[in-house]
Amino acid sequence: MIEESTLQRVLTRALQTGGEFAEVFAEDKRSTAAMLDDGRVEDMTSGRDRGAGIRVVVGETTGFAHTAELSEAGLMAAAEAAAAAARGGGGGVREVALGTRTRGQGGRQSALIDPGSITKASKVELLEAADQAARSAGGAISQVSAGYGDSRRRILVANSDGLLAEDDQVRTRLAVTCVASGDTGMQTGFDVRARTGGFEMFDVVSAEAIALEAARRAILKLSARPAPSGVLPVVVKSGSGGMLFHEACGHGLEADAILKESSVYAGRVGQKVASELVSLVDDGTMGGEWGTFAVDDEGHPASRNVLIENGILTDYMWDFLRARKEKRPVSANGRRQSYEHLPMVRMTNTYLLSGTEDPEEIVRRTPRGVFVARLGGGSVNTATGDFVFGMTEAYMIENGEITDPIRDANLIGNGPDILGRIDAVADDFDMCPGTCGKDGQQVPVGCGQPTLRVSAMTVGGTAGA
Amino acid sequence: MPELLDVAARIAGLARDHEQVEAYVAHSRETSVRVYSGEVESLSSADSEGVGIRVIKDHRQGFAYAGSLDPVVIEETLAEARDNAGFATPDPHVGLAEPDGVAKATLELWREDLVGVPTADKVALAIELEARARGLDARVRQAESADYGDAMTEVAVASSSGVTGSQRRTGCHVAVFVLAGDGEETQTGGGYSVGRSFTDLDINEASDDAVERAVRMIGARKARSARLPVVFDKRVTTSLLGILGGTFSGEAVLKGRSMFADRLGQEVAHPSITLVDDPTEPATYAASVQDAEGLATRRNVLIDAGVARQFLYDSYSARRAGARSTGSAVRGGFKSAPGVGCRALCLEPGDKDMDAILAAIGTGFFVQGIQGIHSGVNPVSGDFSVGAEGLMIRDGQLAEPVREVTIASTLQRMLLEVLEVGSDLEYLPGTAAGLTLAVDGLSVSGS
Repeated sequence: MIEESTLQRVLTRALQTGGEFAEVFAEDKRSTAAMLDDGRVEDMTSGRDRGAGIRVVVGETTGFAHTAELSEAGLMAAAEAAAAAARGGGGGVREVALGTRTRGQGGRQSALIDPGSITKASKVELLEAADQAARSAGGAISQVSAGYGDSRRRILVANSDGLLAEDDQVRTRLAVTCVASGDTGMQTGFDVRARTGGFEMFDVVSAEAIALEAARRAILKLSARPAPSGVLPVVVKSGSGGMLFHEACGHGLEADAILKESSVYAGRVGQKVASELVSLVDDGTMGGEWGTFAVDDEGHPASRNVLIENGILTDYMWDFLRARKEKRPVSANGRRQSYEHLPMVRMTNTYLLSGTEDPEEIVRRTPRGVFVARLGGGSVNTATGDFVFGMTEAYMIENGEITDPIRDANLIGNGPDILGRIDAVADDFDMCPGTCGKDGQQVPVGCGQPTLRVSAMTVGGTAGA
Repeated sequence: MPELLDVAARIAGLARDHEQVEAYVAHSRETSVRVYSGEVESLSSADSEGVGIRVIKDHRQGFAYAGSLDPVVIEETLAEARDNAGFATPDPHVGLAEPDGVAKATLELWREDLVGVPTADKVALAIELEARARGLDARVRQAESADYGDAMTEVAVASSSGVTGSQRRTGCHVAVFVLAGDGEETQTGGGYSVGRSFTDLDINEASDDAVERAVRMIGARKARSARLPVVFDKRVTTSLLGILGGTFSGEAVLKGRSMFADRLGQEVAHPSITLVDDPTEPATYAASVQDAEGLATRRNVLIDAGVARQFLYDSYSARRAGARSTGSAVRGGFKSAPGVGCRALCLEPGDKDMDAILAAIGTGFFVQGIQGIHSGVNPVSGDFSVGAEGLMIRDGQLAEPVREVTIASTLQRMLLEVLEVGSDLEYLPGTAAGLTLAVDGLSVSGS
């Protein structure tokens, strides 16, 4: 994307007014999206995002500027703007020399079928197949929308410590939302598959299967009763349930919140923060998962980091700035939405390790409670630890059996409290893709977990519990 | 820099026979400052521009965008959009907006003074904001963040169907988020101030609000589950109206996703509810003279004294519904094609201020903040369940703080069970204005 000699000159210029650290992050991303709604392909969209973000650090201050102009002149102008923003003092010349280049393959799992090599017509066919499959699921299905998206994102990072790294990240996604209509009104069902990789995803899962799952959820909820209101045991099924950890403690273990002491987990390394059944990992290396990459957006190779081991907090997640402040290694959790954004500490694929129990047995041992088969989204206030997440497919558990479906509602809990109440963990691990928003930046993440039980949690429905 | 409208018009002029082309061109200059512990944590400056191009041929639409106005890139983008059009399903209603003779309002949304504010003054304001918030109350531990941000943006739309228009605006904000507590406990509160001019910003208002919200939550506990009247803080009302507005989208109606599809002329809300979307009101945050297709914005009454009156349309949904565009096309910048949306929703204010509403309610739950609006509110089914924090209302006054509870109902029921609409209208950031709103019969789930 940019010649090494140019990078060296740009970094040297960025440090000219006294900067202690400078970095060039260049990105060239091409994306395709197609949307089918109401039985028709509405439009196909192509996008091109190409540019560079330059940051300069002086003391505790970061100056940042970005440009869509990747010529030396464009980069020099951005370097000067970033340096001015960091308002260095001293000056003097510090030559930057770049080291050996790291090249990543995006953390893909298998041989890539580049979506760029697939015809647009084939992408449209996926959507049409999804639409037909969903509508064949039953007369109650009254509307279907299906969205396909792929992107190829090449990044290059060079910094004044001599780091030089590249990655080539390919992502592919298909999501279907159905509306079912009946005497009780309308309900929605959603399903999504998303992989770090290309069109080979559809060798493993078909568009039809995704659509049928979305349709099943919508139809199911037509007969759902109102969710209970009050405190109950909650069994969370494997897969999308991983969102629970993403919100209950993931964000609270990000080093930016820790260093500002705006997390309930600050100062607690080595302490028991969860039930001993809980071992939590953040792992950017998991082949093909949605939050996977080879090199993070600060140029560091992805890594697997154990955050909680048997209930004991072992470490936080770190980006360059926070690791530098604490004089410790990064954990390759520095990510950004695009070259127009500053990197910050972000999760990759965050998951709970499997336990030993039989998931069905966990339900049998629960006389009365809620079984959550699919979670929607969630959010957390890291300073208080209070978090919510939404159920989009859930059932009552009565006399140890899964019974009636219940309508959508949020669950609410406090992170440290809920982690301590996890009293059963099964052996049926699964992963699920999601989009994580923080400070206005969206990045792809993975979540995972086996089926587990929280002994008591507040369910936010309307029916007397 | 070339005039944006000229760039857009030049692209629209490239339309071939039997083809429509629309260009949406945007340019923005932004500064953002984050301060922590009296020092600048980060300072970003950005100058960005881009184009989104729609091509319509044989009743099919294609779209492409690029973050550059380089002539070569524009050529490529137009070619991509043209190619993409071949893959859509033909639909006789697809087409660009046509000039409709509606005159654009005259709004002055640009404040020249903001352009000349030195960066040092912006930094100083953020530092002063943080210091003031930290010093307001001994229980404030720190400000997790104190921010200043501004944007000077210009957009232009031109199409081969003859629609053309441009608009520029300035906007700036300060925001502070504080942590407060006694002992182990921590509570949080945020406050902000927004404006078009630098002098509109009020750091006292932002810091007072943040600190009051955090400090009054100290000692908060989970409440017992109960069914109660709920009084929504202004800011919460803004979020709720934003969700409600989506259900009046003509597109959602046509596609069978609106609970109000067959309800025009019927009573869908309490008679005290009159809901208007009026982007021509200059005081609204997202005021605009033109919509995302370049047509004039206008005042649209969605609910009149409880009765559903009309839906909102862009040109595609209007054509399909046999209606006229209501000037309600919106888009998320140059990277997306237009769809239908609200910009400036506003409830007609009632005659009681917040204190009078609390007194009238007597016993209930005052909600100062909600969590999980996207995971817990389903605008299609109307199911409503969100995390909430706030204060109990006892004897008509705010009493003990409550956290980690949910409130639940359905949107349909909440509209019918409105108890009071406040007189305290305030144009807050977002697509709706805020005011205090009281609704009966919500399930509060706690211990």
